[in-house]
Amino acid sequence: MEPTTAPAKPQFSAAAQAEIKRLLTHYPEDRSKSALLPILHIAQAEFGGWVSPEVQDLVAETLNIKPIEVYEVSSFYTMYNLKLVGKHVLEICRTGPCMLRGSDELTEHLERITGAKVGETSPDGLFTLKEVECLAACGFAPVVQVREQYYEQLDTPEAVDAMLNELREQIHRPILSWEENELPNSLKNN
Amino acid sequence: MGRKLLTEHINVEGINTFEVYRKHGGYRSVEKALKTMTPDEVTEEVKKSGLRGRGGAGFPAGMKWGFLAKPEGVPRYLVCNADESEPGTFKDRQLMTKLPHLLIEGMITGSYALGARTSYIYIRGELLYVLRILEKAIAEAYAAGFLGENILGSGYSLDLHVHPGAGAYICGEETALLESLEGKRGNPRNKPPFPAVQGLYARPTVVNNVETIAAVPIIVNEGGDEYAKIGIGKSTGTKLISACGHLNKPGIYEIELGLPVEEFIYSDEYCGGIWKGRELKAVVAGGSSVPILPKELILKTAAGENRLMSYESLSDGGFITGTMLGSGGFIAMDETTCIVKNTWNFSRFYHHESCGQCSPCREGTGWLEKVLHRLEHGHGSMHDIDLIVSVAKQIEGNTICPLGEAAAWPVAAAVRHFRHEFEWHVTNPKEATVPGAVYRGAAVLA
Repeated sequence: MEPTTAPAKPQFSAAAQAEIKRLLTHYPEDRSKSALLPILHIAQAEFGGWVSPEVQDLVAETLNIKPIEVYEVSSFYTMYNLKLVGKHVLEICRTGPCMLRGSDELTEHLERITGAKVGETSPDGLFTLKEVECLAACGFAPVVQVREQYYEQLDTPEAVDAMLNELREQIHRPILSWEENELPNSLKNN
Repeated sequence: MGRKLLTEHINVEGINTFEVYRKHGGYRSVEKALKTMTPDEVTEEVKKSGLRGRGGAGFPAGMKWGFLAKPEGVPRYLVCNADESEPGTFKDRQLMTKLPHLLIEGMITGSYALGARTSYIYIRGELLYVLRILEKAIAEAYAAGFLGENILGSGYSLDLHVHPGAGAYICGEETALLESLEGKRGNPRNKPPFPAVQGLYARPTVVNNVETIAAVPIIVNEGGDEYAKIGIGKSTGTKLISACGHLNKPGIYEIELGLPVEEFIYSDEYCGGIWKGRELKAVVAGGSSVPILPKELILKTAAGENRLMSYESLSDGGFITGTMLGSGGFIAMDETTCIVKNTWNFSRFYHHESCGQCSPCREGTGWLEKVLHRLEHGHGSMHDIDLIVSVAKQIEGNTICPLGEAAAWPVAAAVRHFRHEFEWHVTNPKEATVPGAVYRGAAVLA
């Protein structure tokens, strides 16, 4: 059934508004457009892991810039998802150093387990597979990033299963939290 | 065992907190600089140290600082390039995660030298969790009076902010980074004007890599001359090498420049040799952009001398038989590695990351990816091998920024040293496309 009324215009939460206000103090007053990238990150975390045209318009309004200035930026940077995504976006590094340590096999394995191909979302809506370029964790390859978390050395089926199980349990972690995220294993003990 | 300057205290419990960092001598360079030195004297020490940019280009850092225009009444900026994304490079992430205060200390001392009142750390967006670590550390530094108004009663004031990118390799190029920091697409700018004259918000700006800035406190504390005694020749000091690929012990190592490559790869103190008891085949020594070298040429120069981990030794022989230290992203490949596949993978990377401004790069990287794809998958011809060399040549030198060269060099070097392997893919397509199949012939040494 078609909706009878237009969807409500998205609004930032009070926490997001406070964070945006703080960010704007980082730049000269006449240069507030500088806050565009960080605000898009906040918007993506606020509104389900992607930035719809409506959300991008809200960002434009927040910064008092033209919508096109947001669109041209959101379409340039790979971290902004411009389409609806699953609960967790698995960003699989495919670049040389990860390939040398088995990222091709990792991608195939993830496609098999989740039932989604790269660029798709699994039928249960939990996982979107996305291939990305170098994540700067080459010594701990192969690597998958999920939001702010790096999962490293995913070179065994067990390691991959552990990651997926953890994600199935995990509640969406808000981007605004001061709480420090878990460090990747490689950074814990060396 | 080499001296550790940057990572001396990296394993100290709680070193990421202000209190512990301070207890281990942290922020001494700020005290020394602000209380006993003029800004120019700080710059002078960095010049004397011979410190070279650690992001990849290796340009003398003190000289770069010296170029900064200082018109009266115009704000100027120090911007830290923490957009680490050169494949094979993962040193800055480690440094910022474990020693956030070292970078902040360097930013304060460096900003003082340059006369910046506001400075930024531009960090790649994927590292949002590191951004939070840095913000926490910055808040501690403000609380302790090392940032903000009138630092340590010196009259000098500084604000420091962290700014995230959002996934774009090109933003590691300094003018693309500045565009991105202004809230725009990361399209590199035409130069001149250089950032030293018109950088962030068209004001004089210095952009330095994380590791470069982290070396500043050590140089100020010990003196530039002392720092210059470490290392070899014009490669002074220590360098973080991030080692990956087919090694027994991949990871981040701080080395004194001048360490023999052979020792770095095979000794237990460093990478511990090649994994699974296999033979080394090739190395990309300084991040994916630098020329690949076969085992024989990475261990010894064409003249038969030991190859050292230094700017000069690694580039000995130019691009015919040498390579570059670059960012210190050291990628080792064992005997089972398919060089054609690896070259295709790198070309796909550069095609994906080209900003699209300059036709030679936008189109050329696409051609490289496409032709290498068909060579790798057994549909290529002998002509294709010459074609990729010719395309690479036509990108090189014809673009606004160095991404063009970065895309061209790995292809040219792979064909230069492993031509037989490309030819084998053409003559034996069935054999070459069997998963895991690899050409076992020798590399071309010159």
